[in-house]
Amino acid sequence: MEFHELTLKELQKGLSNKEFSSVELTSHFIKRVQNSELNAFITITDDLALVQAKKADSIIASGKMNDLTGIPYAHKDIFCTLGVKTSAGSKILDPFISPYDATVSEKLNDSNAVMLGKANMDELAMGSGNENSFYGPVKNPWNISKVPGGSSGGSAAAVAAKLTPFSTGTDTGGSIRQPASLCGITGLKPTYGRVSRYGMIAYASSLDQAGPMTQTAEDAAIVLKTIAGFDERDSTSADKTVPDYEKSLNNSLEGLKIGIPKEYFSEGLDDGVKQKILDAIKEFESLGATVKEVSLPHAKFAIPAYYIIAPCECSSNLSRLDGVRYGYRCESPKDLSDLYIRSRSEGFGDEVKRRIMIGSFALSAGYYDAYYLKALKSRRLISNDFQEVFKEVDVIMGPVSPTIAWDIGSKKDPVSNYLSDIYTLSVNLAGLPAMSIPAGISDNMPVGLHIIGNYWTEERLLNIAHQFQIQTDWHKKSPKGID
Amino acid sequence: MSLDNKEVSQIAYLSRLQVEESSLESITADLNNILNLVEQLSELDTDSVEPMAHPIKMTQRLREDVVTETDQSESFQSIAPKTGKFHYLVPTVIE
Repeated sequence: MEFHELTLKELQKGLSNKEFSSVELTSHFIKRVQNSELNAFITITDDLALVQAKKADSIIASGKMNDLTGIPYAHKDIFCTLGVKTSAGSKILDPFISPYDATVSEKLNDSNAVMLGKANMDELAMGSGNENSFYGPVKNPWNISKVPGGSSGGSAAAVAAKLTPFSTGTDTGGSIRQPASLCGITGLKPTYGRVSRYGMIAYASSLDQAGPMTQTAEDAAIVLKTIAGFDERDSTSADKTVPDYEKSLNNSLEGLKIGIPKEYFSEGLDDGVKQKILDAIKEFESLGATVKEVSLPHAKFAIPAYYIIAPCECSSNLSRLDGVRYGYRCESPKDLSDLYIRSRSEGFGDEVKRRIMIGSFALSAGYYDAYYLKALKSRRLISNDFQEVFKEVDVIMGPVSPTIAWDIGSKKDPVSNYLSDIYTLSVNLAGLPAMSIPAGISDNMPVGLHIIGNYWTEERLLNIAHQFQIQTDWHKKSPKGID
Repeated sequence: MSLDNKEVSQIAYLSRLQVEESSLESITADLNNILNLVEQLSELDTDSVEPMAHPIKMTQRLREDVVTETDQSESFQSIAPKTGKFHYLVPTVIE
């Protein structure tokens, strides 16, 4: 058995039993990353990785290892990493060598995990296909002419192609779950506030949340335990104890109540995807769960509400990228205004510019009430729908994406890209936790099942996903040529 | 609501972005498509709904008013495009 065929949990056992060293493990994955043609990485940190692996080996030898000691990972390039380029997939941050670590980076360093490099992503996390990266599109390992999903496309492709045992991702409107679904891996977006946002380059601050991207739910439980927790440097971080997510993985699903929103199975959903999702839900019935149709009447308004709220927040957040203190600055600015305008115009890509302009417009005098305030009120209605449904059921299930991965370059206009986010956006607007787990193959491409829980129920979601993965082997399927 | 080229140029300026004359037409069309999409919200009656700016009910924490950050000006300035001693350099603002 080669290292890349093992799960994080299995690698952890091997390291702890001293069957192999972190240096051996890390060297193996570095070689895979260097030989890969998926464009999943923006920066490969091979030298640093070997230094970290050596340190991990000495810690393992001293008997002080913890959950992720010596385990390699790909870190989404949105997390600040001290001394390492942190571009967020944007030209404007291409020169940015972070002078500090994000809390997530710090926690991974403290556990002595080994960073293989920084994963490619849609520019500043805006996109659903990873086609908006300054560093070029990432290819889906299941079919290199297709997108891996986005914005955490590099993170998802790297796990699917077994270039890394796990990745980090962030999810503002589906950016962990949708690429996880399109690449056939496990992805978890935790409850808003569960993982610190400190040092995670902000896109839309009331929606952004970091989480693990892995082969299995068991692995996601291990990673989440390490990265979650209160952080006083993030004013929206929740002061709540982090449970041991591994402990409840084996709980029974007997009596679990699953809600199936009828709005998630209406027009626009691809037949092949629909069938796989319905088959997966049947599997849960055989595990003792009951299934019931529910309704989220405001579901379709998630797209318009999100595409006002997120651009408003981003237009404000991205005003800090101005060519003065860090990042890209244009050549020979003639005055201060020229410096701002040209640095930003040359530094940002088209999609980022569109969202900044929509946000500036929706927040401007005379339009604020009609757009931004209206969207915030609609957000409340969307969120209330979930709370009504959670009075009757424990979790909600449905598709993550209405289709399988599409061809690179096939979606030209912005709105057709936005429509593919229909099932994921409402979860961020409400701040709920949700997962995507592999649930089948349609047209030779993976399909992900969406499992949405109420606030702070990550433990239950991981348990549900793990039980499904004991029963099925969809999460063990790999793209052709990857084994 | 539909924006014309002139309004789009003004929004771009407010966003400190430059729109090339040659792409103004297509950017205006893109923005109008997005505005058409978000227009759907007008179907909703939200008169008595409280706006939701943040997903989790929480109040801002208070802490002791003490200095917690150390001086890192040197490391922060080392990554800036142009600096002088303890300041960032930009083109002259006042002659």
